[in-house]
Amino acid sequence: MGVEETTLGNNVITTSLDKVVNWSRSRSLWPLTFGLACCAIEMMATGAARFDLDRFGVLFRASPRQADLLVIAGTVTKKMVPVIQTVYEQMPEPRYVIAMGACACSGGIFDTYSTVQGVDEFLPVDVYIPGCPPRPEGLLYGLMKLQEKIMNERNSFGAVLGIGERISDI
Amino acid sequence: MSLQAVVDKLKAKFGDTVLGEREFRGEMTVTVKKEEIVPVCAFLKDELGFNFLTDVCSVDYLGQSPRFMMVYQLYNIGTHMPFRIKAPVEEADASVDTVSGVWAAANWLERECWDLMGITFNNHPDLRRILLPADWEGHPLRKDYPVQGPDREPYQGRVR
Repeated sequence: MGVEETTLGNNVITTSLDKVVNWSRSRSLWPLTFGLACCAIEMMATGAARFDLDRFGVLFRASPRQADLLVIAGTVTKKMVPVIQTVYEQMPEPRYVIAMGACACSGGIFDTYSTVQGVDEFLPVDVYIPGCPPRPEGLLYGLMKLQEKIMNERNSFGAVLGIGERISDI
Repeated sequence: MSLQAVVDKLKAKFGDTVLGEREFRGEMTVTVKKEEIVPVCAFLKDELGFNFLTDVCSVDYLGQSPRFMMVYQLYNIGTHMPFRIKAPVEEADASVDTVSGVWAAANWLERECWDLMGITFNNHPDLRRILLPADWEGHPLRKDYPVQGPDREPYQGRVR
C-alpha cells in the first residue's frame, strides 16, 4: 500500500490574518473588575448566572495589566479621575472603554461641581450605553456593539508586527 | 434626668453663655456662645454623660448675621438621650475652637465641616480636606458657591 491520498475535506477555511486577530480579540474581551456606583450592580448581575457574560468570552480580570476593556460603571467624581487614568494607562494595547449608564456618558443627574460631566472628557470612549442604570440586556448589547467594532478594524495584524497603525472606522 | 434638667444644669454652670433653648417634638436644642464651646462640651461629656458625638455639621444662613451656625449632635449612650448644641459663627471670623480634645470623633467631622463650609477649627490636630481633592479651591456647601462649579457656564442661569 502506498501513501494514502486524502483531501483535507471540510477542515480548511481561508481568511485574512486581520480577521483572525479581530475575531480572537472580540471573542475574549476581558474587562477590568472595576465598578463605581449602582451601574456596577447591574454589571455584576450581567456577569452572574442569569445573563452569564462568560458565554461571550467576557471574563472579569482583577488586574488592569490583564484587561482589554474598562467598563466605567457609575458616577465619576473629579477626585476619581486620576485613579481611572492610572488604571487605564496600566492596561495593555489594544484597550477599549465602555461608558455605562447616564452618569458615565454625561454626568447624568449629578450636574454638580464634584462630578465629571461624561468620561469622554478624559478617556477615549468606544461605546456609550444609556440608562439609569442600563439593564443587563443593555450592557450585553453594548458589548456586542463593541465586538462589531473590533471585527471591523483593519491592519490589526500588521499593527502587531509594527507595520502601521490599527485602523478603526466606526 | 430629663432634657430640661440638662438645660437647667447648663444654665446654672455657664449662665450668660447659654443664648437660648428650644424644644421641638421631644428634641432639645441649646444655643451657646462659640467662645465657650469647649468647656460646654467637656461639661456635657464629663458631668452629664453625653459620651457619644453623633455628628458635627454647620448651616449657612446666607444674608443673615451671624451667617453660620455650628451644630453638634450629642447622645448619651447610658440613658439613650439625644441632645443638640448650636453655636453661631460670624462670617468675618469663621472659626471655632476644636472639640476633638473632648471627643476624638470630632477630628474627621470637623475636617468635613472645614472642607465643605470653610469654618476653621482652632487648635485642630490635622485640619486638611477629607472629601474633596487636596488641591480643591473654595468650599462648595456655602450658599454663594455655584452648584455646577466655578469653571462652568451656569445651565439656564442656574447659579445655586
